[in-house]
Amino acid sequence: MRKFKEFIIEKLILVCGIASIFFVVLIFLFLLKEGLAVFNIVGPFNFLFGKSWYPISDPPQLGILPLILGSLLVTLGAAIISIPIGVGCAIYIAEVAPLKIKEILKAGIELLAAIPSVVLGFIGMVTLVPIVKNVFHLPTGLTALSGSIMLAFMAMPTIVSIAEDALYSIPKTYKEGALALGATHWQTIWRVMLPAASSGILAAIMLGIGRVIGETMAVMMITGNAAVIPNSILAPVRTLTATIAAEMGEAVVGSEHYFALFAIGIVLFVISFAINVTADLFLHKKQ
Amino acid sequence: MAKISTEKLNLWYGNFQALLDVNASFEPNRITAIIGPSGCGKSTMLRVFNRMNDLIENVKTTGKVLVDGIDILGLDADLVKLRKEVGMVFQRPNPFPLSIYENIVFGERVHAENIRRDKLDETVEMSLKSVLLWDELKDRLKESALRLSLEQKQRLCIARLIAVKSDVLLMDEPCSTLDPQATARIEELMRELKNSYTIIIVTHNMQQAARVSDDTGFMLLGELVEFGKTQEIFTAPKDKRTEDYITGRYG
Repeated sequence: MRKFKEFIIEKLILVCGIASIFFVVLIFLFLLKEGLAVFNIVGPFNFLFGKSWYPISDPPQLGILPLILGSLLVTLGAAIISIPIGVGCAIYIAEVAPLKIKEILKAGIELLAAIPSVVLGFIGMVTLVPIVKNVFHLPTGLTALSGSIMLAFMAMPTIVSIAEDALYSIPKTYKEGALALGATHWQTIWRVMLPAASSGILAAIMLGIGRVIGETMAVMMITGNAAVIPNSILAPVRTLTATIAAEMGEAVVGSEHYFALFAIGIVLFVISFAINVTADLFLHKKQ
Repeated sequence: MAKISTEKLNLWYGNFQALLDVNASFEPNRITAIIGPSGCGKSTMLRVFNRMNDLIENVKTTGKVLVDGIDILGLDADLVKLRKEVGMVFQRPNPFPLSIYENIVFGERVHAENIRRDKLDETVEMSLKSVLLWDELKDRLKESALRLSLEQKQRLCIARLIAVKSDVLLMDEPCSTLDPQATARIEELMRELKNSYTIIIVTHNMQQAARVSDDTGFMLLGELVEFGKTQEIFTAPKDKRTEDYITGRYG
């Protein structure tokens, strides 16, 4: 009887394990099936590097370069803001902060991670967007910069918590060794601890960026959604994710537009996958 | 004159007193061994000499510790200068996860001396030669120090101290992770180095103390029970507790 119970439980767990892989494969196949159909209408090169996205004109123009550039610009901006602050915060928490402040900061970071992105987008819309508009004297504050700033808040919790983990797990003997050689606290951090934790910190950055690229709601609300090639970070942009979210509802099933949106999904999938694999490589290098 | 001396040195971890009125003096160009059972305070005392106990919270120290006649326990003590002069070799070899070369020049880089490339090269060669690693490693300087054997790592850690021109080498059970042959070779190295350094070694291995040291101190429960020439401590200890320890009645 006991053996039978074991058997059942074992098989149940096996099914759970296989199910997750099975569904991922199914989703991926569906994405491929729907998305690749677009290449009957437009070649892969013209799709990726075409400069105009007019999916419902006749004939439709399905070039996603403006969207790719929009995503990259917002992500790059968010990375430039969140990496220094995030890594700095991780160093402060791991090395400098007194115990009490450390606890408060860690709780704060977790809270930041818990804010739903639509709320961040909403807050950005009513606070940040007018500020950006006034500071730079723009016709609209719905710009790539606004998106970058709000997304930096989303990347930061990931970067801080993983980078802090990486710093914390460095053997204490490195720190002692450096201090015992007369290095100051900062020299110890800069010359020994950061290099020792570098792979973990890079992984933290990659995962933070991965989160930014895949983010939809906040960017849709505050980047202006203009599908044109941006000429500066102060221009409105439309990202890959926002395009799918905004247009999927109105695209006719089976139309070129519909297939093109799935193809954008494939592009996003490939980008996220590449980022996650890179992060994984860094993490494994560490061990 | 003694290189390092302590006067009525007391140390508490919170409420626990780890050192009790320790008076000792350590002579230059000699190897002094501190022996005693685990938890007797020998490592704690060693860590007073380069103020490594500062890293632990809730440590209180009273008394005096003079290095070259200067009290190092004061608030105004120059820790960077102190730690440069009083180097430490740890129980587990702890080379940094950098190249062999960068490990050795680490001290010079943080003290911002000699940052000219040819000077650094000289330092690396000189330091590795003094720990007898130069011939083995001269073609592998760019490799990660983490790939070395345990013994090589420990030698590298000693070379790192030679590179910053330390006067004192504090060794906290430097051979406890090494095999007997490697231990013998590190001890040989210590004998060579003692001509230019003051060496203080903490060990729970009495044979090692007997083999390598000139002076020996025996500690028990935070107290320095007996301190004197190694030969006398091991052949004619004055204190009953020392005798019991070295004859193996406890420890």
